[in-house]
Amino acid sequence: MQSVKRFRSKTVVIAASNVDTDQIIPARFLTTTTKEGLGKQLFADWRYRSDGAPDADFILNRPEARGAEILVAGRNFGCGSSREHAPWALLDYGFRAVISTEIADIFRGNSLKNGLLPIVVDEPTSQWLLEHPGAEVDVDLQAVRLILPTGRAVSFPIEAFARHCLLNGIDELGYLRSKLPCIERHEAALSGALVE
Amino acid sequence: MSGRTLFDKVWAAHEVVAETSDTPAVLYIDLHLIHEVTSPQAFSLLQSLGLPVRRPERTLATMDHSTPTTTEQVFGNVPIKVDAAAKQVRQLERNAAEFGIELFGMRDARRGIVHVISPELGCTQPGMTIVCGDSHTSTHGAFGALAFGIGTTEVGHVLATQSLLQRKPKSFAVNVNGKLRQGVTAKDLILSIIGRIGVSGGTGHVFEYQGPAIRGLSMDERMTVCNMSIEAGARAGMIAPDEITFDYLKDTPRAPKGRDWDAALARWRTLNSDLDAKFDASVDIDATEIEPMITYGTNPGMAVPIGGAIPDTIGDAGFDKALRYMGFHNGEGMLGKPVNVVFIGSCTNGRLEDLQAAARILKGRKVAPGVHLLIVPGSQQIKLKAEASGLGEIFRAAGADWRESGCSMCLGMNGDTVGAGQYSISTSNRNFEGRQGVGARTLLVSPLTAAASAVTGKITDPRELI
Ligand code: SF4
Repeated sequence: MQSVKRFRSKTVVIAASNVDTDQIIPARFLTTTTKEGLGKQLFADWRYRSDGAPDADFILNRPEARGAEILVAGRNFGCGSSREHAPWALLDYGFRAVISTEIADIFRGNSLKNGLLPIVVDEPTSQWLLEHPGAEVDVDLQAVRLILPTGRAVSFPIEAFARHCLLNGIDELGYLRSKLPCIERHEAALSGALVE
Repeated sequence: MSGRTLFDKVWAAHEVVAETSDTPAVLYIDLHLIHEVTSPQAFSLLQSLGLPVRRPERTLATMDHSTPTTTEQVFGNVPIKVDAAAKQVRQLERNAAEFGIELFGMRDARRGIVHVISPELGCTQPGMTIVCGDSHTSTHGAFGALAFGIGTTEVGHVLATQSLLQRKPKSFAVNVNGKLRQGVTAKDLILSIIGRIGVSGGTGHVFEYQGPAIRGLSMDERMTVCNMSIEAGARAGMIAPDEITFDYLKDTPRAPKGRDWDAALARWRTLNSDLDAKFDASVDIDATEIEPMITYGTNPGMAVPIGGAIPDTIGDAGFDKALRYMGFHNGEGMLGKPVNVVFIGSCTNGRLEDLQAAARILKGRKVAPGVHLLIVPGSQQIKLKAEASGLGEIFRAAGADWRESGCSMCLGMNGDTVGAGQYSISTSNRNFEGRQGVGARTLLVSPLTAAASAVTGKITDPRELI
């Protein structure tokens, strides 16, 4: 995995709360057997009209959204299905971070494992960001903080090990495999009756 | 020291390496369930690293999400209509063969929705850790297992190491007192719980459902409750095992037998929260007050009693958007609204008792003209039992479309979809925009309410027809 340290980008705002992973990538696109190319289908039902043409009103189809790498979203982003296709689609489209006051558990975990930063901020910060689409935000994972164009720095929580892996481009599986001796000991101690 | 919760006990028994401030715990996984949609990329990872599946005997695969439900496509010579789905099915067959994993393939009599077949086979057992690349893995918590959904990267981790890196979630007691009234089901209970807690109220937590109303539920009903824990944002939902659990498991094919059964039972009886256990959060619900419930919006928390009205506002920007999508207005009553499609099935309500409930209403009645009633059993075993006990005949006589098992219209991946703008009364678990098809409008209900609404062609309180 590529390391993530610090980047700066303008934001794009999707203010709706409870944006579920069925909206991020509808189920009919989950028949793929690879991770690539899902960006085209990101938010498909909001982004395209029934005839397949882009809906000019949807924010991702507007010129001001072009090149934005930070998605600012309403409360409880990423709820619903565990599909990892959701962060895959966001990343493939070009997003590198999602900012909200609440991010659903499974989506958050999936994002961290793919280098998409799930950033949880307090209500006033979120409000400011929602009201200022296009704001240039500096995301600094080393210092675990955002810097808003106003100069205000906002720290955000992030699981320590995930941060370590992201900063150093480490894959978690390598670490997990280094624990195989402990896993073997655990298995040896099992009565064997847990699963028959 | 205060007592420990059921969740604490199951967690501790599986912690291979304890968590520290710098590193998450390594949690051992007893049972890993696999399906065709969220596994291909995980198997590709193993292939690219040249790794085997570490514990194929703790891994079980089925196909359910994108599989067809018409008998001709499952058992006849008609090929699977959706090409990409056919490709996923073939890929899972290849991966299972290559990695030595047991697969319940397309024509296997044990095939079905992953969260339905594992309990019915007796693979799901109290005190286990169970994961699957599917958020409704919480279903298995009904047996006192710690069961949760994971993403595809984690599916790869479990395939490779039989373990996961996890931070320990917090605990949340959901106390349900009283008793459900006649015509009020486990589905109505969980919809009202989600309404109370909110769709993100459980984030970061594992629920434990407790109290007399929970004790009074059958295993099928407990699974319905635990299944939708994720719809309140919770990682998992658990119910301490009791005699009802043990009775259910005793004759399942893969439950321990003989002396092993006795040993397992002794262990399982210790699986409950200590009386002085402390939970990080809790809520008290009175089951006696619960009415049959129905959703009116685009998430499962937007639910009202069926005789009630859509609220004027819920103080949420999404509310107006949801009503526009649904074609509803605030303040409107729910009863009597027209119905186009009725879906009875899914891992929430596709079990035998759900079909029996629907049959109670459908027996001797006909589906209203113009309404499509689709009944999809949760597994082939359930299909066989439903046929043997005469339910199949009741469904056919009522004019229902009675299919082979699978996820089907719960998520519409296999071509079983609801048309744009159509109203679907569904026993599934998600009423998200487009969940059952582009532009489809889903209203979540119990199997009783679904069957009653299919008969009248409009939203109906099932107590009128029982
Ligand atoms: S029935 Fe629906 S919710 Fe259940 S596993 Fe299948 S798609 Fe998921």
